[in-house]
Amino acid sequence: MRKQLRLSGSGGQGVITAAIILAEAAVSEGKQAVQSQSYGPEARGGASKSEVIIDDEKIFHPHVKAPDFVLAMTQKAADKYYTDLNADGVLILDEDLVPTPPQFKNIIRVPITKLAVEKVGKALFANIVALGVLAKVTKLVDFETIKKSVANRVPPHTVEQNMLALQIGFDAVN
Amino acid sequence: MSARLMQGNEAVAEGALLAGVRFFGGYPITPSTEIAEGMAKLLPQVGGTFIQMEDEIASMGVVLGASLAGKKVLTASSGPGISLKQELIGYAAATEIPVVIVNVQRVGPSTGQPTAPSQGDVMQARWGTHGDHSIIVLSPWSVREAFDLAVRSVNYAERFRTPVILLMDEIVGHLRESVELPAESEIEIYPRRAPKKSRAEGYEPYAPDEDLVPNIANFGEGYHIHVTGLIHDETGFPSGSPKVTRESIKRMHEKISRAADEIIDVQEEFMDDAEFAVVAFGGTSRTAYEAVLSARKRGVKVGFVRLVTIFPFADKIISELAKKIRGLLVAELNYGQIVGEVERAAKGQCAVKLCAKYDMTIFEPEEIEAAIDEMISEVDGE
Amino acid sequence: MTERSYEKFFRQNRLPHLWCPGCGNGIVMKAIVQAVEKKLGWTQDNTIIVSGIGCSSRASGYMDFDTLHTAHGRAIPFATGIKLANPKLNVIVITGDGDCTAIGGNHFIHGCRRNVDLTVILFNNNIYGMTGGQASPMTPLGKKATTAPYGSIDRPFDACKLAEAAGATYVARSTAFHVQHLTKMIEDGLDNRGFSFIEALVQCPTAYGRRNKIGEPAKMMAWMRDNAIMKSAWDKLTDDKKTGDKFPIGLFYRAETETYDEAYHHVIELAGGAK
Repeated sequence: MRKQLRLSGSGGQGVITAAIILAEAAVSEGKQAVQSQSYGPEARGGASKSEVIIDDEKIFHPHVKAPDFVLAMTQKAADKYYTDLNADGVLILDEDLVPTPPQFKNIIRVPITKLAVEKVGKALFANIVALGVLAKVTKLVDFETIKKSVANRVPPHTVEQNMLALQIGFDAVN
Repeated sequence: MSARLMQGNEAVAEGALLAGVRFFGGYPITPSTEIAEGMAKLLPQVGGTFIQMEDEIASMGVVLGASLAGKKVLTASSGPGISLKQELIGYAAATEIPVVIVNVQRVGPSTGQPTAPSQGDVMQARWGTHGDHSIIVLSPWSVREAFDLAVRSVNYAERFRTPVILLMDEIVGHLRESVELPAESEIEIYPRRAPKKSRAEGYEPYAPDEDLVPNIANFGEGYHIHVTGLIHDETGFPSGSPKVTRESIKRMHEKISRAADEIIDVQEEFMDDAEFAVVAFGGTSRTAYEAVLSARKRGVKVGFVRLVTIFPFADKIISELAKKIRGLLVAELNYGQIVGEVERAAKGQCAVKLCAKYDMTIFEPEEIEAAIDEMISEVDGE
Repeated sequence: MTERSYEKFFRQNRLPHLWCPGCGNGIVMKAIVQAVEKKLGWTQDNTIIVSGIGCSSRASGYMDFDTLHTAHGRAIPFATGIKLANPKLNVIVITGDGDCTAIGGNHFIHGCRRNVDLTVILFNNNIYGMTGGQASPMTPLGKKATTAPYGSIDRPFDACKLAEAAGATYVARSTAFHVQHLTKMIEDGLDNRGFSFIEALVQCPTAYGRRNKIGEPAKMMAWMRDNAIMKSAWDKLTDDKKTGDKFPIGLFYRAETETYDEAYHHVIELAGGAK
């Protein structure tokens, strides 16, 4: 069953890394996955978007259309990237950074960045908190598999903090 | 080996390494930088050398020097960097130095749109450097094929002693997908050609072997060869002779054209009953394939033709196809480049239509599918 | 050393050379092979000559080594590739004032900066000789060239100062007149581990001398004799004496610094690729 995700924010928030980890986790469970990205010419600060398609079948066209899940970590990203969401899809927003949620049926608001700062110590971990949220909401990949993928991808001395961030995100939604 | 998530650019670095590349010179530029970064990390792990040069011209120069000293070499760039490389791509063609140049295409001309996909460098890949030269150009559509064609590019560069362009695009270069890579033992490697005569036996570095390719000695092996970008005879020294000039240019073309059937790789799907076909290459062919699948579901007799080898161009294959079918739709992410080659090869035997896009975004399957329908109704109406 | 023993370093079947009568390039080419001859362990099999494009760069074709006649300005990147691919090879670069400081200027300063173990010998004839006398970045102020018919207004480079500032670890200058000194400067350059730069002034009677009414080759060499001042004497001169055409020759700079291939070997060790 094909599922399409779009993770968006501004450059430097780590949404691309989060997307890569999610795709890696899917692949390690034997699924097909493609991850693509678009960002501004500058490495920091510009609009940033990454898309992941997960399927049991081979994936050719890599572009997401009518995503099932959209994560937006800034107001600008939310306004720009939710519009083609599948009508039954879910829009996940950083509660503080998207003060004016778009009009959409299924919205989940989580204070992602605030949780990263207050409970893990740095805004840097917001993307992993977001990944924990996505793991819980999407149910596409086993949480344990995502944990392993996070541990493989992040610098060794940050594994503990990243695990904490992931768990906080996972526990932040029902 | 189990599947893993890998990026196209990363796969190029891995493939080149397994094919025996031990020297990389480059200059960072989006969207090819991950290849340089990969080589910077991987090469010293196997005793190889990575060097970041002052510009793209120097990047070409340094890898050509290393190739002459016996190493298999790679360089990679995009957009403006590829333009700078053209000078010494010509030098490599003229002096028959093996080298692989990866071009991860982005939107041009000039600085263009650095992070956006395009396939606008197709004819540059063929004719970018000045002069009447020959070249091999390959283009992958998947991460796995980026790996495979990196290996094939290195082997062709060595076998034909020619520059080979691995023509990527941002779509495949930056795409991550699940891949299973072959084991090292499964990879065939073409070794550096070696002289078959000693100096005493009258060795001439540019004397062609039976396949028209010369067995040029590496520097430091005692052959005292001379390499020059001036037109040279079989001794390697400059010649002002019209005959030498003619024969040298002719041989450099024919060493590749006589092996064209082997070099040319075209994937054909759903062609048995096809009345029409979509021709595509690189990242665009992923979308074209979905468009064809979708049209097939509606009962449209359309096939899929993917150019893995871009140059030498698949003249014979396209010409044969053109005899059998009624129309070819060329989908490419530019204003229309490979369509000219397809028209030339089709020789008017079937309709050739262009589906072009050049707005920073990739094709959606619906766009190509609509173009298929449009082509069919146009041809039906003719 | 037998008389004319240096002749074995030339490809006799490629001579005579194409340089004009009275040209200084042959003098420097001979000084190079005589310096190589004195170097223990440097053979025609393990020494590579790399050149760019221009009169000077044709020297590679006459020298019986593995030789590489590259593209205009690009000799240093090619030489860098050869040296790093096979650090056992000795690599000499022959270049000219236009080749090295105009179109190859960026490669020149970055070669110096990296301290790649190369010896670069710049044949400075103050002009583009091969193409008939266009101005180079080392054409002196006021001198005429086909592209500076009223005299050059472009301030010239001092290539030695440029090399030193950019990080070369051996910098020297000599002239085609001072043959023994020139040979010694090259020899010491070959000895230096790292980027060595030697500027050799050469007379170009055809494209430079004639147009600037300096006279025949012998007069141009007499000018070198009369105006070149050894570095030690130059340093003692007060500024008011450093006038007119006077210029210093000799060793200007020498430093011991790790070469690029030595430094890269550490990278290989760190990466675990050392055998």
